[in-house]
Amino acid sequence: MRTRDLIVFARDAAIGNPLRTCLLVLAMAIGVAAVVVLTALGDGARRYVLNQFSSIGSNLVIVLPGRSQTGGFNPGNAITSTPRDLTVDDAQALQRASAVLRVAPLAVGTSEISVGGKLREVMLAGTTAEFIDVRRLTLAQGQFLSAGDWRRGAAEAVIGARIRDELFGREPAVGQRVRVGDRRFRIVGVLAPTGQGLGMNTDELVIVPVALAQAMFNSNTLFRILVEATSREAIAPAKDQATEILRLRHEGEQDVTIITQDAVLATFDRLLGTMTIAVAGIGAISLAVAGILVMNVMLVSVTQRTAEIGLLKALGATATTIRNAFLAEAAILSLAGALVGFALGHAGAALIRQLYPAYPAFPPDWAVLAGLGTALVTGMLFGVLPARRAARLDPVLALARR
Amino acid sequence: MSALIELTGIERIFYLGDSEVHALRHLDLSVAGGEYVAVMGPSGSGKSTLLNLLGLLDRPNSGVYRLEGRDVTTLSAEEQARVRSERIGFVFQSFHLVPRLSAAENIALPMLLAGVTPALRGERVARALRDYGLENRADHRPDQLSGGQRQRVAIARATIMQPAVILADEPTGNLDRATGEEVMRLLEALNARGVTLIVVTHDGELGARARRQLLMQDGALQIDRRLQPEPTAHAHA
Repeated sequence: MRTRDLIVFARDAAIGNPLRTCLLVLAMAIGVAAVVVLTALGDGARRYVLNQFSSIGSNLVIVLPGRSQTGGFNPGNAITSTPRDLTVDDAQALQRASAVLRVAPLAVGTSEISVGGKLREVMLAGTTAEFIDVRRLTLAQGQFLSAGDWRRGAAEAVIGARIRDELFGREPAVGQRVRVGDRRFRIVGVLAPTGQGLGMNTDELVIVPVALAQAMFNSNTLFRILVEATSREAIAPAKDQATEILRLRHEGEQDVTIITQDAVLATFDRLLGTMTIAVAGIGAISLAVAGILVMNVMLVSVTQRTAEIGLLKALGATATTIRNAFLAEAAILSLAGALVGFALGHAGAALIRQLYPAYPAFPPDWAVLAGLGTALVTGMLFGVLPARRAARLDPVLALARR
Repeated sequence: MSALIELTGIERIFYLGDSEVHALRHLDLSVAGGEYVAVMGPSGSGKSTLLNLLGLLDRPNSGVYRLEGRDVTTLSAEEQARVRSERIGFVFQSFHLVPRLSAAENIALPMLLAGVTPALRGERVARALRDYGLENRADHRPDQLSGGQRQRVAIARATIMQPAVILADEPTGNLDRATGEEVMRLLEALNARGVTLIVVTHDGELGARARRQLLMQDGALQIDRRLQPEPTAHAHA
């Protein structure tokens, strides 16, 4: 039998029983669509998190007080168990490192901001002029904190977009005087709206010079030191240099934790990549179920078409021809199901993107290919048994059945 | 010239549980090319088994079957399928048309299975439709055809590969008298053109039309009767 004829024959056989064909295609399609949508969700989560991390700034090295890693015994540990605070002096010292481009100290606390009878609780960030560059923030109006001595600071504040909207509405904010805690500040700038930025929403932030913030919190401690390396390659040297400088400044004790953005990103990447594979596996189970369904329906089809198979044999069809015809039918059904599922899955992912625009729910290519491949392979694999049964039918018995 | 069909010492035994059923016992039969043979006998006499053997749908337990001088009992299943495809045409009582295929597609089916090119298929199907008066029915599916038309499609299908022998199992069993008569005339016209025709039937009247009658009983040949004294080996009318 010619290949083309075989395919047409198998296709017509499939079309000849529309209900059976529709159910099979649907089962296969749901399996493939499940893989596509689930991996779109998984990979979307991964991309979402990665985007959020990259929005913090690039080439970033972050210094946290306290140590989170286990190290060897250090004589310093025997004397004191509490870690030393990170100070503005520490931050300034880091500027000397060759691999470091900029340093921004960060002190964080909550306070109240009030203007013209309106009062609101806000997150207060004490930092320096370098912060806007390190964090890659943009201003909507005015200017950022002026550069100058870190130990002093003018009574200037930069506010987030949402704070501006809530306190001033349509009126101009820049130049206005506000009260933050027990001090008065002049607003010099407004940040452009950015949305959520992992843990710290810059839209609801009030930024003041670090010296004033520390005075208001009555503390010398910094929450973080943000260090920007000179280049991507300089991230590792910057981390080493920062570690060394701080160890020397802290009497030989390594009591800070230094993380790089890359390490954090890699961790999340791995974590969420694994999650995507896991949900793809769940989708694959539905594909296997669809495959078993293909087998059952094809077996029923062989039984229903016993007389036809007997006839084909009487007309000179070889066992190979019969087997190939049934395999081709299984393959056509699986392929149709896979394509419908592919379309359904992409439509589903598009719908998710429509409903949650911030969520990049794109199915990864490998998952789509794996889904389509699995559908075809299971369809064919589970088609083998019915096809062989059809090929082995005794033509005499097959013809006797009506 | 040797006989078209030559059976020697054919045995066919079916096992039903512990008991053996001899469907055919020590059967010797020779059919020359162009003969018109009716196989008759009561149910269970082995006439359908004989037809299945002749059509290479079944294998004997012992004995030799020569078709056109070639021992076909020892052929592999694939080779037997090839012989069926090229040398044997079947006509069944219940027509056995594929319900989802049109009349033209049903007629083309043996050529499709044999891998004949589409161009040649179209040509031969067109001629067959003309020959059997089915031109207006080419695109009709079997359920849109009358019984007589269905059996004409089946005969057209059986002859499309130009076989040497046509095996008909109760070809008029599901038809009324007039239509049955028409179908028999078509088969006999084929025989008149030199195709060997073997018809299995209950119907004595139908069997009486054949020039040679075989009466079977309990798997053995009881009577082998020729209407003419000598077999007309090439009965070109």
